[in-house]
Amino acid sequence: MINSLSHLPHPSADNPTLASHFTDLAPPLTARQAMVESARCLYCYDAPCVNACPSEIDIPSFIRNIHQDNVQGAAVKILSANILGGSCARVCPTEVLCQQACVRNNQQECAPVLIGLLQRYALDHAEFNGHPFQRAPSTGKRVAVVGAGPAGLSCAHRLAWHGHDVVIFEAQAKAGGLNEYGIAKYKLVDDFAQHELDFLLEIGGIEIRHGQKLGDNLSLGELQQQFDAVFLGLGLAASRQLGLPDEQAPGLLAATDYIRELRQADDLSALPLADHCIVLGAGNTAIDMAVQMARLGAHDVNLVYRRGVEDMGATAHEQHIAKENQVRLLTWAQPEQVLLDEQGQVRGMRFARTHLVEGRLQTTGETFELAADAIFKAIGQGFDGSALSDAQATQLARDGERIRVDEQLRTSLPGVYAGGDCTHAGQDLTVQAVQHGKLAAEAIHADLMLTVEAA
Amino acid sequence: MADLSIEFAGIKAPNPFWLASAPPTDKAYNVVRAFQAGWGGVVWKTLGEDPAAVNVSSRYSAHYGANREVMGINNIELITDRSLEINLREITQVKKDWPDRALIVSLMVPCVEESWKAILPLVEATGADGIELNFGCPHGMPERGMGAAVGQVPEYVEQVTRWCKTYCSLPVIVKLTPNITDIRQSARAAQRGGADAVSLINTINSITSVDLERMIALPIVGQASTHGGYCGSAVKPIALNMVAEIARDPATQGLPISGIGGIGSWRDAAEFMALGCGAVQVCTAAMLHGFRIVEDMKDGLSRWMDSQGYQRIEDFAGRAVGHTTDWKYLDINYQVIAKIDQAACIGCGRCHIACEDTSHQAIANQKLADGSHRYEVVDAECVGCNLCQITCPVEDCIEMVAQDTGKPFLDWLHDPRNPYREAV
Ligand SMILES: Cc1cc2nc3c(=O)[nH]c(=O)nc-3n(C[C@H](O)[C@H](O)[C@H](O)COP(=O)(O)OP(=O)(O)OC[C@H]3O[C@@H](n4cnc5c(N)ncnc54)[C@H](O)[C@@H]3O)c2cc1C
Ligand SMILES: Cc1cc2nc3c(=O)[nH]c(=O)nc-3n(C[C@H](O)[C@H](O)[C@H](O)COP(=O)(O)O)c2cc1C
Ligand code: SF4
Ligand code: SF4
Ligand code: SF4
Repeated sequence: MINSLSHLPHPSADNPTLASHFTDLAPPLTARQAMVESARCLYCYDAPCVNACPSEIDIPSFIRNIHQDNVQGAAVKILSANILGGSCARVCPTEVLCQQACVRNNQQECAPVLIGLLQRYALDHAEFNGHPFQRAPSTGKRVAVVGAGPAGLSCAHRLAWHGHDVVIFEAQAKAGGLNEYGIAKYKLVDDFAQHELDFLLEIGGIEIRHGQKLGDNLSLGELQQQFDAVFLGLGLAASRQLGLPDEQAPGLLAATDYIRELRQADDLSALPLADHCIVLGAGNTAIDMAVQMARLGAHDVNLVYRRGVEDMGATAHEQHIAKENQVRLLTWAQPEQVLLDEQGQVRGMRFARTHLVEGRLQTTGETFELAADAIFKAIGQGFDGSALSDAQATQLARDGERIRVDEQLRTSLPGVYAGGDCTHAGQDLTVQAVQHGKLAAEAIHADLMLTVEAA
Repeated sequence: MADLSIEFAGIKAPNPFWLASAPPTDKAYNVVRAFQAGWGGVVWKTLGEDPAAVNVSSRYSAHYGANREVMGINNIELITDRSLEINLREITQVKKDWPDRALIVSLMVPCVEESWKAILPLVEATGADGIELNFGCPHGMPERGMGAAVGQVPEYVEQVTRWCKTYCSLPVIVKLTPNITDIRQSARAAQRGGADAVSLINTINSITSVDLERMIALPIVGQASTHGGYCGSAVKPIALNMVAEIARDPATQGLPISGIGGIGSWRDAAEFMALGCGAVQVCTAAMLHGFRIVEDMKDGLSRWMDSQGYQRIEDFAGRAVGHTTDWKYLDINYQVIAKIDQAACIGCGRCHIACEDTSHQAIANQKLADGSHRYEVVDAECVGCNLCQITCPVEDCIEMVAQDTGKPFLDWLHDPRNPYREAV
């Protein structure tokens, strides 16, 4: 994919210098900071922060554990609700989740308790003798999980914990899903996704088979035959298209494709650098893309969005990060034409100015051009329907393109469950995917044990 | 500006803030720095007979609050570990250089007349303004027949005080140990012996904590520990009660009291004064923050006095004594009910769970559509215990509102529900 950018130069800084631009965005708390911060928690009852945490971590209790010098207890508490608590502590937009709800975020108070950083502190400093959770005696049941992203991994861990045997089928060479291939590099440093994966697998009873792609060399029908239940955690594998001519031209690609390459690069100085670039979109992916390109050394990074700032999906915190990294934000402008040079490579884009007319977005008739060596699309991820192409899979009821599930994450097919981004059951966030995986595992467990009892 | 100067038991001082007998007043160097900083007086670190006491290492440990703020300090230090001669020489010089400040000498010698007879003239010769009898050191010294052991036996207190009044013309302040059951007995004994004033409290027997790895309490000396004396803000409530007990005891009516124990701010000092103290002494707060704290103590106290229209300390000293009484005289018909200021409430739920689990189930928890909560007092269930107000993190968010019950004053002595009530 990055062939599309092979004509571009490389960053001028060397690899160690570039690597230093991708260290922890929010540095971890020191022991003293954790003490001071944990003391700020009011140990609320029926705490608003817990209600705001999609994975229902018992926040007041784990913070109290930290403050009482019981980091181990804090870590176990977090992990028992959210086995990927380590990555969630780093990637969660806490500013719209737990910390938003924290009572100390009230106007009369000073600032929310830094729940995410405390969570990270607990998990970074807990030392376990072996895996903290013991598997229940084997049930003899086998469950197939498709997709080794946060949803699939969380589901697999919980199932293994309950004594089921799990096989995960994963299309990619590495497990972790977007934790491995998508999250901004400065949010998950030091190969964290793989370390967390190793930890998670320590529970035992989980086998991962790579290169297994549903809809390609794998079918839902087969899985249903071979396993007692199936969980689909497929994520959103497709990037939305602009629908403009020349969308395949060198220099124009999906932001997620570039980020994947960046996340896997051993040598950052070998990456293509778009010194002048345009990022299209307004969500956190767009911000991630723009900021990472700026940190690679790009001088002129423009984030262009067709609506106003208040409509942006990116949180205020993320927007702030973008500004701090000299990303320029242009609003009310809609892509109109990809501009190419004589070699047919991207040289810029023409935009149409937009405005709202009676609540509807319309172009004003005015246009402008922006020069760019590359254009990155971050206008949303879509579900890749080709995964659901076999006879069984096509029967799955859908919500729009995504898979329809009920509150227990059951699909319309008995014995088939789904969660995470490939469903419409929540926000497209890591922590939400983890929660879905967990709840689906509980539902699978309940359903499987029901049949055991009935038999 | 209010006039902070005092005359306490005949001793004049420019302000009522004195340093208690302890490390801050151990030697001339510290005392001079204290006077430079503005302290009104000092009680010199307790002197004894030669040879001087010997101290161990380590010596202090602490009880901490949630943010590592020190609630109280525990110490196992003895009285001065310097010779009598050096101390007396320094006292003489300091008093000469700082004539306007109160300089009191604390003393602890064996409970025999000869010992007191010998040391008192030496102290008087320094030009010091008064003496303080240290009957309160709870560690080390009692084993030698001095300090708390003497202070715990009213007859000894009376006897030693009398010797001091006999062999010395200076005002005598008797420092009381809190390690007894009824502080009034000690104060009465001091008064019988002729004491010009009492000061209290000295430190409280304590162990602050245990090192759970080594299984030794703190502070650790080699492989062992011992109990020490507790002081600092945590002891203030205990000291205030003991001060009040003496202040409202008819037997010791009018006996000047120097308040000690957990004083760290002008407000603390004013509270001790309101309960009957004519002066106060400070140790731990100075040990934690240095002598500079006296600036705010003086400034804050005089501004507060100005705001209340008090010109001198006597104007308000003892004003709260008359409002301190025995439980049986309280108005049983008085009723307060908690009221939550919804605009100030941050929704932490602490009041609810406290009342629900441990009090009277008088705060309802209503979950709102947006996931937040509304907490509301159920008036009919509230007994007015103050617990919710205490646990609420937001100051003034919960108000205890006095109710108009329409009922007259009624104390327990006259309450029909009291099987032992007094006939009307
Ligand atoms: C660029 C970017 C940045 C993000 N940043 C954040 C952030 O900072 N914070 C946050 O909370 N969320 C963030 N998100 C969202 C978050 O990453 C997702 O919500 C989360 O990863 C969803 O987990 P999942 O398990 O549902 O899907 P995924 O993580 O996408 O995992 C799906 C897995 O299934 C595999 N798979 C897909 N199709 C098949 C198939 N047909 N057969 C077999 N395997 C298949 C994939 O290879 C992958 O391993 C970001 C997303 C993107 C794109
Ligand atoms: C380290 C230390 C040593 C003390 N030594 C003496 C002493 O020699 N004589 C004495 O009368 N009181 C001594 N005290 C008690 C203090 O004078 C004072 O009564 C007590 O600390 C309570 O006051 P505070 O809470 O302000 O510290 C000592 C206290 C401390 C902390
Ligand atoms: S809302 Fe804030 S203060 Fe209350 S428990 Fe949660 S983190 Fe602590
Ligand atoms: S005052 Fe006591 S009884 Fe009344 S609401 Fe508060 S805690 Fe409950
Ligand atoms: S304790 Fe105070 S702030 Fe917390 S819910 Fe009750 S009234 Fe509100």
